[in-house]
Amino acid sequence: MKDVGFIVASYVITFGSIGVFVSLIVSRARRVSRQIPPEDRPWT
Amino acid sequence: MTAASVDTNRRERVTGTSFTRGLGAVTLVGIAWLVLFGLVVTPADVNQGESVRIMYAHVPGAWLAYLAFVVTAISSAMYLFRRTRSLVWDRIAGASAEIGVLFMGISLVTGSLWGRLTWGTFWTWDARLTTTAFLFITYVGYLAVRNLGGTHHQRARRSAVLALLAVLEIPLVHFSVELWNSLHQEASVVGNTDVTMDGLMLFTLFLGVIVFTLMYVWMLMHRQRSLTLQDMVDDIGLDVALAARRAEAGSS
Repeated sequence: MKDVGFIVASYVITFGSIGVFVSLIVSRARRVSRQIPPEDRPWT
Repeated sequence: MTAASVDTNRRERVTGTSFTRGLGAVTLVGIAWLVLFGLVVTPADVNQGESVRIMYAHVPGAWLAYLAFVVTAISSAMYLFRRTRSLVWDRIAGASAEIGVLFMGISLVTGSLWGRLTWGTFWTWDARLTTTAFLFITYVGYLAVRNLGGTHHQRARRSAVLALLAVLEIPLVHFSVELWNSLHQEASVVGNTDVTMDGLMLFTLFLGVIVFTLMYVWMLMHRQRSLTLQDMVDDIGLDVALAARRAEAGSS
């Protein structure tokens, strides 16, 4: 299967970049949340 | 309860709720299912061979980008409409645009890999590819405009206007394969009354669309809440700066 490298690369790029994006979202939120008390977060 | 456990508890609940945790778990199961079906269970295509497996990431990625940009436009319109004006709409628009740019990028890269296998080239200045790249760049510009500074409402107003203009590109991208001679194939499922795709392949494609949509909802909720926190921190910083300035003026 000569195409396997391209196929696996497409899945790695897709879910890898989603994983990086999600970790950025979570780490940014954690950083800013240190300055906001939990009771001020409308969703909690 | 120790200080460390309180801190851990707080970190876990930064932007998450029981709903987002449940949604995240369902999405992770869906991703595993999609990868299994996309790489192993589904058959190779008669014409495309094994490269069709890239479609299960490429097509949902493109769908998600369209959805995210349309949500950005609707949220922007809600902000501009006087009766519904709220910064919540602006933050939904911004969060959705970020996710849309991510998925448009994924769609461009996976499409490029598929193109190399099918057309023999990573890139060609075809109508669909060119308009998609233009759409991607437009929304990167939109995100840059959001970060130009000013008050939250200034940011919201200027980016809302831009979002309503940018969304007009989506029909151009979607119908580019019909408007111009294009290497890119026309829609195989949406708008096609004679779908000839294998049942398992069609199922996997729909599974991809559902999983990516769940992922979008999860990301949107977390990112919108993160932007809310950021705006609150900005407001606190502004209040502190104003108080310091007033104290300085009062003492002189």
